[in-house]
Amino acid sequence: MQFMLLFSRQGKLRLQKWYVPLSDKERKKISRDLVQTILARKPKMCSFLEWRDLKIVYKRYASLYFCCAVEDQDNELITLEIIHRYVELLDKYFGSVCELDIIFNFEKAYFILDEFLLGGEAQETSKKNVLKAIEQADLLQEEAEGRV
Amino acid sequence: MPAPIRLRELIRTIRTARTQAEEREMIQKECAAIRSSFREEDNTYRCRNVAKLLYMHMLGYPAHFGQLECLKLIASQKFTDKRIGYLGAMLLLDERQDVHLLMTNCIKNDLNHSTQYVQGLALCTLGCMGSSEMCRDLAGEVEKLLKTSNSYLRKKAALCAVHVIRKVPELMEMFLPATKNLLSEKNHGVLHTSVVLLTEMCERSPDMLAHFRKLVPQLVRILKNLIMSGYSPEHDVSGISDPFLQVRILRLLRILGKGDDDSSEAMNDILAQVATNTETSKNVGNAILYETVLTIMDIKSESGLRVLAINILGRFLLNNDKNIRYVALTSLLKTVQTDHNAVQRHRSTIVDCLKDLDVSIKRLRAMELSFALVNGNNIRGMMKELLYFLDSCDPEFKADCASGVFLAAEKYAPSKRWHIDTIMRVLTTAGSYVRDDSVPNLIQLITNSVEMHAYTVQRLYKALLDDISQQPLVQVASWCIGEYGDLLLSGQCEEEEPIQVTEDEVLDVLEGLLVSNLSTPVTRGYSLTAIMKLSTRFSSVNRIKKVVSIYGSSIDVELQQRAVEYNALFKKYDHMRPALLERMPIMEKTASNGPTEIVQTNGETEPSVVEPKHPPPVNQPASQGNDLLDLLGGNDVPVIQTTMPTKPASAGGELLDLLGDLSLGGPAPAPAPPAPASQPPFLLDGLSSQPLFNDIAAAGEAAYNKNGLKIDFTFERANPNPNVAVITIHASNSTEADMTDFVFQAAVPKTFQLQLLSPSSNVVPALNQGTVTQVIRVLNQQKQQLRMRIKLTYTHKGSAVQDLAEVNNFPPQSWQ
Repeated sequence: MQFMLLFSRQGKLRLQKWYVPLSDKERKKISRDLVQTILARKPKMCSFLEWRDLKIVYKRYASLYFCCAVEDQDNELITLEIIHRYVELLDKYFGSVCELDIIFNFEKAYFILDEFLLGGEAQETSKKNVLKAIEQADLLQEEAEGRV
Repeated sequence: MPAPIRLRELIRTIRTARTQAEEREMIQKECAAIRSSFREEDNTYRCRNVAKLLYMHMLGYPAHFGQLECLKLIASQKFTDKRIGYLGAMLLLDERQDVHLLMTNCIKNDLNHSTQYVQGLALCTLGCMGSSEMCRDLAGEVEKLLKTSNSYLRKKAALCAVHVIRKVPELMEMFLPATKNLLSEKNHGVLHTSVVLLTEMCERSPDMLAHFRKLVPQLVRILKNLIMSGYSPEHDVSGISDPFLQVRILRLLRILGKGDDDSSEAMNDILAQVATNTETSKNVGNAILYETVLTIMDIKSESGLRVLAINILGRFLLNNDKNIRYVALTSLLKTVQTDHNAVQRHRSTIVDCLKDLDVSIKRLRAMELSFALVNGNNIRGMMKELLYFLDSCDPEFKADCASGVFLAAEKYAPSKRWHIDTIMRVLTTAGSYVRDDSVPNLIQLITNSVEMHAYTVQRLYKALLDDISQQPLVQVASWCIGEYGDLLLSGQCEEEEPIQVTEDEVLDVLEGLLVSNLSTPVTRGYSLTAIMKLSTRFSSVNRIKKVVSIYGSSIDVELQQRAVEYNALFKKYDHMRPALLERMPIMEKTASNGPTEIVQTNGETEPSVVEPKHPPPVNQPASQGNDLLDLLGGNDVPVIQTTMPTKPASAGGELLDLLGDLSLGGPAPAPAPPAPASQPPFLLDGLSSQPLFNDIAAAGEAAYNKNGLKIDFTFERANPNPNVAVITIHASNSTEADMTDFVFQAAVPKTFQLQLLSPSSNVVPALNQGTVTQVIRVLNQQKQQLRMRIKLTYTHKGSAVQDLAEVNNFPPQSWQ
């Protein structure tokens, strides 16, 4: 996976994870263009498109678009499953997750993603294990802060 | 200084902003506060401030002044600080900045930290954004962690190693020992990441690939366990056990099995098992099937397995889920070359996808696939669907589709008529999207479809009456009208009801193109040249002269040049005009025009031949118009009309070549000969610099001698083309009365092409006082024995005389 973007229906970025080295300016341009392209697509269209020289896989969950750019050899259908797994993780963590949760706790969304994917590939295929790791890390954080 | 506001509060505040300006103001205020806080080196709130900065960065505001702060957080001992610090590094830094190198030491320390979650943070950051230098420095640490028994760390180390290898491929070797028993792990996380690591190594190095082939049995076993094992809640997704791992294993198997018989055989069974047992009701099952199909197609699988794979794709095509249909089309496109027959079986489903509502790539893929499946057997049905698609598809696909249609039509057209009809359909419905280079190709095709000229020009003319906005259509149409306008007038069309049209009407249309705003300069050029050509085919020469002279002062330089040259033709070179504006010869295709062969009108067998409407009589005088077709029976091409191929025409320059071309004949004779413009053949040959005639010592042959009319044949061979025999007939009249309205016609068998130049006169004077001569040129590419049927009509002593004869005893030199 080269990058993952989460954005609202108004085109506001809620999360951006980049697995390839690109400057801030380049990232901004790609995000802007890709977001526009996807928002322009009709609901009946399929979840895959070829954009520039990338394969894009996207899916909308409620008011959020989850969009991944994958390599040529990557399996698009399993990428949809990866997106779904991430949403499930968020859901379990936040309890019926909605966009606001991700807005107000964006750093947590990143932490969860970083326990699920690393360098663009899945590091853990068990939902339970990912959540357990997050839980433990959170605990560690609380101890460190002494509940400030 | 009051404590900086908390992250959540900032977010809340910013979200209350009603305008962009208001938001910017808030952000700027907060940034200023954060900056001063940074300056004070405040440890307590650094984490909070950086977090806020990251939020503002996500909104699109600059946050570079926080980069160093991230590094300070990473260096801190507090877990919270590290968490935010590493996150910040991943968001704000990238390897192009020197700052990131400062992280290296911190990461190194954290890789050896006592807390696995800290180690995890370090591994994650390194594996996400580590530069080559960092990777080089820290590879050893990663390798160490790859060997740990802590699965939490081991799985992260594996993916971190993948990143290191991607950045610094030379380091791949050092990870080899650690891979030894990666696959014996029970932990799925480790298994998954190990397979990813092995895949990366095999993809990059053929040596590694060979080395890891021995893992195939182990991989097969793991996959088998996943499929056979019962329900495992931890890894279950809709009834399938760890689909992510299954897919990765299948992908690795693909790489290991490719080109290797033994490995391919070892995985045959498991692939068949996965292909048949996987639940297909949900996307996850189909994801596994998809990967399986890709693997089957890539390795050396037995044919039964391949057919199974293609059938899976065929079922995918029928799936309600459009995503599944999409991957099916993409995969089928990849396999259509190698497994053509198997894919053909699913042709109708594929063609249905053309009608799919999803405008995007799917329809394009379906179109590409459809073109790949077109062959001689299905061309009619497929073309119907493809033309329908052309009508309704997105403009962005139309050009490709039109080109594809032309190519397929050229390769597999079942008949000339069908071919012309198809071209017409494309030109009239998608005319403006047709590529520019199609125009010369189409012209070439039309020229070579000799018997369809009348039909083609008629259809094109009618199309022009409807619509002159589509330039490629207009260009092809003008060119044809210029060439075959006489056929339009004479109402010779066999294929459909001939239209009644006058010269003025035709010229009106062409002149209309010249003045229309819709016409491009190129189109205007075509129509001006067409008008000029008609000066030798129509009788309204004065009108044409007028038009041409007007454009002698056109602002368009191209048009002006043409008009001036044509004017000159009228004034100074009028005697050359008919020769120069002759019918175009059949053009040979150059390599650039495509892989198809020359469309020869003779000697061609077509599955469904254009049916001749007239019976094949031998001796009876047929009515006007189709006489010569009758002479040799039915199916023959009207051979008079053809001319010999001269040189290969270049792909776009035929029109400009018109004036430079060496055209070989006189005007094509209509049933009644045109007013004989005295046409010494040598003038044409004078246009070329080399002597054209080699006299063959062939005796004049008395081909016909009856009722006082004697016809002798003499032979010569034209130099540039040894296959062309030039025969001159000499008609003499030994009776006391003149033979007036003398017309000589000839026809040759299918394997020849014949051209009749105009006679010297149509009166054969009595008592051998003079002869009428006429030149016949015969192309004899197959070097066959020349046979000829001749028909003579004349008026003698007040009554009309007609006679037919066959001439067979041509001397060998004339045709060898």
